[in-house]
Amino acid sequence: MDALSRRRFLKISTATLGLATAGGAAGPLARRLAARAAGSAAPQGIRRIPTYCSICFWKCGAVATVKDGRLWKIEGNPDDPLSRGRLCPRGTGGVGAHFDTDRLTAPLIRRTTRGQDEWTAVTWDEAFAYIAERMQTIKAKYGPESVALFSHGIGGTFLKHTLQAFGTPNLTAPSGAQCRGPRDTGFNLTFGEDAGSPERTDIRNATCLVLIGSHLGENMHNTQVQEFADAVAAGASIIVVDPRFSIAAGKAKYYLPIKPGTDIALLLAWMHVLVTEELYDTAYVEKHGFGFDAFKAEIAPYTPEWAYPETGIEPEVIRATAREMARNKPSTLVHPGRHSAWYGDDAQRSRAVALLNALLGSWGRRGGLYAPVALDIPAYPYPPYPKPARGVADDPDDKYPFKLESISTGIREATISGRPYPIKSWFVYGTNLMESLPNQAETIEAIQHLDLMVVVDVVPSEITGWADVVLPESVYLERHDELNLNWFREPYVGIRQPVVEAPADQKPNWWIARELALKLGLGAYYPWKTIEEYLAYRVTKAGLSFDELTQKGILRGAPQPIYFDQGVPEEFPTPSGKIEFYSLQLRDKGHDPVPKYTRPEDPPPGAFRLLFGRAPVHTFSRTQTNPILDDMMHENEVWVNAGVAARYGLASGTYVRLKNQDGVVSNRVKVKATERIRPDCVYMVHGFGHTARRLTRTYLAGASDSRLITRVKVDPLMGGTGMNVNFVTLELEA
Amino acid sequence: MARFGMALDTTKCVGCMDCVVACKTENQVPEGFNRDWIAYQTDGLYPTLHMEIRSERCNHCDQPPCVECCPTGASHVEDFGKIVLVTENECIGCKACVASCPYEARFINPKGYADKCTFCNHRVEQGLDPACVSVCPTHCMTFGDLDDPQSAVSRQLAARRHHALKPDAGTEPRIFYLT
Repeated sequence: MDALSRRRFLKISTATLGLATAGGAAGPLARRLAARAAGSAAPQGIRRIPTYCSICFWKCGAVATVKDGRLWKIEGNPDDPLSRGRLCPRGTGGVGAHFDTDRLTAPLIRRTTRGQDEWTAVTWDEAFAYIAERMQTIKAKYGPESVALFSHGIGGTFLKHTLQAFGTPNLTAPSGAQCRGPRDTGFNLTFGEDAGSPERTDIRNATCLVLIGSHLGENMHNTQVQEFADAVAAGASIIVVDPRFSIAAGKAKYYLPIKPGTDIALLLAWMHVLVTEELYDTAYVEKHGFGFDAFKAEIAPYTPEWAYPETGIEPEVIRATAREMARNKPSTLVHPGRHSAWYGDDAQRSRAVALLNALLGSWGRRGGLYAPVALDIPAYPYPPYPKPARGVADDPDDKYPFKLESISTGIREATISGRPYPIKSWFVYGTNLMESLPNQAETIEAIQHLDLMVVVDVVPSEITGWADVVLPESVYLERHDELNLNWFREPYVGIRQPVVEAPADQKPNWWIARELALKLGLGAYYPWKTIEEYLAYRVTKAGLSFDELTQKGILRGAPQPIYFDQGVPEEFPTPSGKIEFYSLQLRDKGHDPVPKYTRPEDPPPGAFRLLFGRAPVHTFSRTQTNPILDDMMHENEVWVNAGVAARYGLASGTYVRLKNQDGVVSNRVKVKATERIRPDCVYMVHGFGHTARRLTRTYLAGASDSRLITRVKVDPLMGGTGMNVNFVTLELEA
Repeated sequence: MARFGMALDTTKCVGCMDCVVACKTENQVPEGFNRDWIAYQTDGLYPTLHMEIRSERCNHCDQPPCVECCPTGASHVEDFGKIVLVTENECIGCKACVASCPYEARFINPKGYADKCTFCNHRVEQGLDPACVSVCPTHCMTFGDLDDPQSAVSRQLAARRHHALKPDAGTEPRIFYLT
């Protein structure tokens, strides 16, 4: 399954670029930046430097203002199609990442037992010598494949390069199996392509938007939230399905308070209504669909009356919302979601979402899922990587035929079992694995099998505590990074460049990766000496001006067709070449060719299903030490239905601890007694309850959902870890 | 001379706090304090709920009790846009204004003076929007001259249903919430 097979690169010519920059580049910002670059003195010691954000993975174009040499503020870059000149609260608060007093300041080597958090500060050279020596020993004894990398975000690019040059295929990320992996598999099985990142969602042109658990506005994917507000203002019908009355639910025409874990039942019933009432896009399905008759037969039993007792959603509401979607087709967008590892049947649920979009004819259509484009900027010509003697270690028994990327938890499993071969070293970049992987005890167990664990981070997060070597990275405002070549509505390139200097001995990821490679004797893979040389090579090779890019931060290509009716080829790179309503690939591997519903387990009496999500002012467990964002939200709360809270005598603000089905107890957390959640579940914002002592600002503030996620249901299609399957009781804090 | 005010579209606002963060960085608001904040008002019983989300701040009232009660004249209405301001070095930190404000918009800055939203007068004088307005990802805020019927804010107020906070307090607030 090749997700890239029919995405279209824009071949650059001066003509397309000339056209493109006529609009944005002539703006006042560009003029000011050009003036700065030309050497004219800015007033009052003000410098404005364009870059792109890294507080999350969205990569919004930004402009930072430095006043008298001190970082003052960061705003959106008006030339950036993604941020449209406006950042989200985290991006605006990115200033705090630079000033965070908890930051790592020097390379550290572990002095005592793993996890004891006792360190010796060393020079970079000593750190690299230590790492390289152990890597060579591991390579000699177990082979280069025994080194694995867990990374998140674009900053991992160069470390990946170094480790591939070293000879390992084991590159992985929790953003797959713990996050959007199930969704990508479900969409790929249906359309032959996934939903992308940023998602190919044409929210701003949708006249009906269906959000299933997607809590836009709390989940602050900037472009999507901006477009969501546009859609609301334009009067789009919003349908929100969520056990919690989310911010988005407050904007909805229909709020469906679904019983957790029953989404597939609702999706099947919706499709049943569309098909039996012949409300679907018949011409589109006839032209593009494969196996529609078999699909139709499969969903025949799933009436709204059947779905009612499962989901708790009245049949009239299921019919009314299905008809609402049909009335607006093809500009009805059923949002694919992003974090989709919920219940273990997630790839099939995502496939049902994909099929619902297919029935509405929204794929390839305005207001639906557009066909994204990107600039074709040539890769740097490196020597080929050595071919690993052994494949990725994440799935030794080939249990997961439809995974699109390696399974992080599979690498963890291999580290413990030594199957299919020993994994003896972990590199961890930009992901706090203690919070981003489920079942912390298993992560700790795996770490005991390592001969070398290296963590690159900006703050002393929980995972750094388990490392042998900790390497302090400069924050994004202090460094260059790989180019941003997002697939989006229009082609563009963004540059990240330093705004201020790192306050101590922190270094950029590219420098770390390059120095390590040199120490390992892999200098041939780094023919460039500085990142600017690397970036300038790529940009210039594409026929663009590197100077112009550094001055503007963003260069935009000419608009390209993104809908079928604009000339996008109506192709689906599935085995049948069509939208697969009935999947032979799934059937052949023993899986359901059309999604089926399995009733979720109910919480035991007195217990609640634990759900988690996002707050707009924090990213994962990575921003709680940022002084500005900490000031916005210092601790999380556990949302408890108001009636339930009253029954337990719990007022808002009371501290409780949560105890899960395996006896694991959380840190203390405040109750939020609210009408905004069902009585059978509780909800927390992810990323709090830090236990790393050196995170002084946020240490033990709130509770960690990850700590309570000791149980997962594994997705049989792709190995994702469904995490919404834990049950907790509330214990009053003494 | 203008009379500045704001309209905030509660149907678009998602309560993300970008306005709060932007105010903090723009104005170097000290840690632990904020000049604007988000209020949620939820009515009804699950699952039949109505929620209004508001970005709140000093209302720059036409009848500002904080100015009236100030013993030193530090709290004043400036001439450019009738923005309610505090002259830091004239303020003695007596907190009379803090107590008088029905919106709890003021706090005592650790440096000793009464602090609050300035409508970013330093930006407004340059023709820019206040920081909160300029960053809002949902474009839910409109700032401008309430005395100019052609200003964007006046036109919005003419076209949309809206309400102000605590009208009974008699302060004649100039922040309006579109519903």
